[in-house]
Amino acid sequence: MSDARMSGRGLSRFALPMAAAFGFAVLYVPLAIMVIYSFNASKLASVWGGWSVQWYGELLRNDQILQAAWVSLKVAAMSATLGTIFGCLIGYAMSRFGRFRPRLLLSGMATAPIVMPDVVTGLSLLLLFISMEALLGWPAERGVDTIVIAHATFCMAFVAVIVQARLTDVDTSVEEAAMDLGARQPRVFFDVTLPMMAPALVAGWLLSFTLSLDDLVIASFVSGPGASTLPMVVFSKVRLGVTPEINALATLLIVLVSIFVALAAWRMRKAGKA
Amino acid sequence: MTAPASPPTRAPKSDRAFIRIADVVKTFDGFRAVDNISLDVAEGEIFCLLGGSGSGKSTLLRMLAGFETPDSGRIEIDGQDMTSVPPWDRPVNMMFQSYALFPHMSVARNVAYGLKQDRLPKSEIEAQVKRMLELVKLDTLAHRKPHQLSGGQRQRVALARALAKKPKALLLDEPLSALDKKLREETQFELMDIQDTLGTTFIVVTHDQEEAMTLGTRIGVMDQGRLVQVDAPRDLYEYPKNRFIADFVGSVNIFEGQVTEDESDHLRVGSQALGGEIYIDHGMSCQLGQTVWVAVRPEKMRLRREAPEGPVGGAAQGVVEDIAYMGGLSHYRVVLPSGQRVRATLANRDRHDADAPTWEETVWISWPPAAGVALLS
Amino acid sequence: MTWIVRRGRALVVAVPTLWLALFFLIPFLVVLRVSFSEPAIARPPYTSLFDWDQGLLTITLNLGNYAYLLEDDLYVSAYLNSIWMASASTVICLLIAYPMALWIARSPMKNLLLMLVILPFWTSFLLRMYALIGLMSPTGFINSALGLVGLGPITMLQTDFAVYMGMVTGYLPLMILPLYSTLEKLDGALLEASHDLGARPWRAFLDVTLPLSMPGVIAGSLLVFIPSVGEYVIPALLGGPDQLMIGKTLWTEFFNNRDWPLASAVAIAMLAFLVVPIMFARNALGVKE
Repeated sequence: MSDARMSGRGLSRFALPMAAAFGFAVLYVPLAIMVIYSFNASKLASVWGGWSVQWYGELLRNDQILQAAWVSLKVAAMSATLGTIFGCLIGYAMSRFGRFRPRLLLSGMATAPIVMPDVVTGLSLLLLFISMEALLGWPAERGVDTIVIAHATFCMAFVAVIVQARLTDVDTSVEEAAMDLGARQPRVFFDVTLPMMAPALVAGWLLSFTLSLDDLVIASFVSGPGASTLPMVVFSKVRLGVTPEINALATLLIVLVSIFVALAAWRMRKAGKA
Repeated sequence: MTAPASPPTRAPKSDRAFIRIADVVKTFDGFRAVDNISLDVAEGEIFCLLGGSGSGKSTLLRMLAGFETPDSGRIEIDGQDMTSVPPWDRPVNMMFQSYALFPHMSVARNVAYGLKQDRLPKSEIEAQVKRMLELVKLDTLAHRKPHQLSGGQRQRVALARALAKKPKALLLDEPLSALDKKLREETQFELMDIQDTLGTTFIVVTHDQEEAMTLGTRIGVMDQGRLVQVDAPRDLYEYPKNRFIADFVGSVNIFEGQVTEDESDHLRVGSQALGGEIYIDHGMSCQLGQTVWVAVRPEKMRLRREAPEGPVGGAAQGVVEDIAYMGGLSHYRVVLPSGQRVRATLANRDRHDADAPTWEETVWISWPPAAGVALLS
Repeated sequence: MTWIVRRGRALVVAVPTLWLALFFLIPFLVVLRVSFSEPAIARPPYTSLFDWDQGLLTITLNLGNYAYLLEDDLYVSAYLNSIWMASASTVICLLIAYPMALWIARSPMKNLLLMLVILPFWTSFLLRMYALIGLMSPTGFINSALGLVGLGPITMLQTDFAVYMGMVTGYLPLMILPLYSTLEKLDGALLEASHDLGARPWRAFLDVTLPLSMPGVIAGSLLVFIPSVGEYVIPALLGGPDQLMIGKTLWTEFFNNRDWPLASAVAIAMLAFLVVPIMFARNALGVKE
C-alpha cells in the first residue's frame, strides 16, 4: 500500500512489524509450548523425555474428561441454539419495531449480561434456582438444564447485538418490497428478513457455542453434583498441578479450531470469487 | 386569480379519476409531511411528483403503496377505498429507489416473488416471469443473483418485479437516480416505451425536473407538504403559478413591479428593477398599483448592442458581467443600473461569432411581448 | 397494521422479555434478599427474612453484611485492586494492540492475520491460562531455558506479573478486533491529504489516525476492562493466595467459606459500584459493539 510506504521509513517499516511480532508471540508462544509438551514422554515439564503420544492415549482413556467433554458439547449446542433463537427475536424487535412498550426494559436487560461479571451472574442464577426449587419444586436437581438456561441467557445478549447490527445495515425497503408484492408479515420475516440475517445468526451461534464451551465460573455456580462441564474438570485438574493430558486436550482443540477456521476462510474466499 | 389561457396539451387517455387522493394529511411528530393534498390521476397517465427533499413527495407515494396511513383524508384506486388497506392487499406495486431486490434470490425468483404470493399455478408464474424478463431484455440473466448485475440491470429487475403482478398503478420512487447520466437518458425512453406497451398508470417521484419533464404527462410540484401546481410540462414551464414554481422549474429572471394599466388583453407594469415599463400580452384580475412579479425565461431574452425596434415586452440597458460558454449555448449575465442581474441564453449558431457581445460591453436586453408572465405571488 | 401482525409482534417481544425478566432481573432481587439475611447451618445456608408468626409477618433486614464489607478493609482493597489491575491490563493491551492493528490493517494479508488474531480466542480461555502456568512455573519453560544458561529460577507464578500476563494473553484479541475495524475503515486519502499539507508521518498519525480511531480505542478498552475487572479464573490460577480481586473474593466467600449472605452482599456491591458505572460509561461514550 502506498500510504504504508509513505508514512513508512521509521514507523511502518520497522516498529510496526516488530510490535506485531511481539503481539503474536504473546498470543502464540504459550500455545506452541503446550503443543510441544503434549508430545513429551516425561511427566515433568522441566524434563524432555523424548517424543511420545502416550498422553493422547491417556486422554482418550480418561472417562471423566470424555464424559465432561460430552456434557459441555451438549450444553454448548443447546444454549447456543436457544440463545440464537431468542437473540434473533430481540435483535429483530429492536431494529424493526420502532417504539414499543417494554423497549427500554428489553434493551437494558439484553445488554446488561454482557457487562455483568461472571461471578455475579452465576451467584444470582444459583440463588434463583434454589428459591424456585423451594417455591415450585423445580429445578429439583441442578445440572445440564440449569447450565443451559444460564448460558442461553448471556448468549442471547451477544446474538441480539450481532443481529441488531446486521439489520441496521440492511435497508428496510427490501422488506417493504416483499409486502408490496403481496406478502404478509410472518411470510416477510421468513422469506426476506431471516435469510438476510442468516450470516449474523451463524456468527452469533458460533460465538455462543464457544462462550458456552469456555465458561467455567457460571457453570460452577449453577451446576449440580451430577453434571461437570469440561472447564470444571480441567480447572480442578489444573489446580492440583501439571497434568500432561491437558496438554494433549489443548493440542486437539487447537487443531480442531484451526481446521474449522481454515475451512471457513476457504469457503469465504470461494464465495468472494464466485 | 384566473389562470392564463392554456395552450393545447397532450390529452390524458381517459378522463376518469383512476387514482383519487382526497384531503390527505400525514404528520410525523407534529411535522406536516403531507399537508391536505387532493389529486386525481387518470388511467394510463405518467404522473410525476416533483419536489425537493422533505417536500412530502415520497410520503405521498408511500401512502399510495400502503406503507404509511394518512392521518385524515381518503385514497381511492380504481373506485375502491384503499385508505387503510395494507400494502400486501393493494393492487399497486412499487419500484424502490434502492431497488430493494432480494439479495438471496435469483433474478427469476425476484420477479416471481409477487406472483407466488398470489398462489398462481407454477406454469403461469414461469410464463409471466419469462414475459417480464423479455420485456426488460434480461431473459439471459434469469439465474444471476442481484450482486452479479450492473446498476442498470438491477433497475430493470426491479421494474420487471414490480410489473409482474400487472398492478393497476406502478409507483416509482426516484427510478433513475442511481444511474449515471447517459444511462439515465436511455432508460427514460425505455421506461416510456414500456409504459406505452402496457398502458399501466405510472406515478413517479423525482427531484430532477428534467426527468419529470421528459417522462410526465402531467407534473405535480410539491413544496413543504403541499401541491403547489399540477399541470402538463409545457404549462408548468410557460405558465408557472408563482415565483416558486418559475424558479424551481428551469431558470428565470424575475422583475418586481407595480401594475399601471390593467386591461382584458394586456397589462402594463412599472418596474424599478428593470428601469422601465413592462408590457404583458395577457390580462389578469388585479388592482392598479398592486405589486406583481414578471417572469422571463433566459432563452426568451434578446441581447443586442442596439436598442430594440418594434413592440417589446420590456427592454433595458446593462453591462455584460459574465459569459459562460456551454458549447451549444452561451449564458450571459448582465447587470442593470438598478443592480438587478439578468440572465440571457444565446444559441451559438456560428463556430466563431466575432461579433458576439463580450465582457464589460454595454448592451440592450429585451424580450417580446409574449415572453413574460405576470405572477401575483 | 392488522390483528395478526400485532399479535405476532407482541409475541416476539414478550417471549425474550419474560425470559430475561425471569432469569436475569428476578435473580438480582433474590440476591438482594439473601444479602440481608444471616448465614445459618441449613439448606440453603442462610436465614429467611420473612417470618410468619401467628398471622404476623415479621421482616428482618440484616445490614450486618454490608457493614462488614466496610469494616474489614479486605473488600474495599480487593475492589480497588481489581479496578487498578483491570485498568493497567487495559492500557498494556492497548499499547500492544494498537501497533498490531495498524500493521494488520495496512498489510496485504490482512484477512490471514486477522484469522491468526481470532484463532486463539476460539480455543479455550482456561487452557490458554493453563499454558501460561507451563510457561512460568518454577519448573516451566522459561525457568528451564534460564537454567540451561545458568540463570534463574525466577518466581513468576503467584505474582502480579503472572496475572497481567494472563489478562494480556487472554484479552488481547478483544482489543485488536475493534481497533482493526476502525483503522481498516480509515480512508487512506485522509492520511495522504495530511502528508500533502505538510504533516510528517508521526504528526499525521497524531492528527488524523489516532483521533479517528478513538471509537475503536474506547470499544476495545471496554471489551478488555469489563471482563478483567470481575475476573476469577486468572487470579485463581496465576495469582498468589494473597492476591485480592473482587471476583475471587466473592468466589471464596461462596465456595470456601460458604457465607452466602456475605457473597450476595459482595455481588450487590459489585453491581452498584462496577456494573452500573460501566453501563453509564458505555451509554455516555455511545458504544456499539
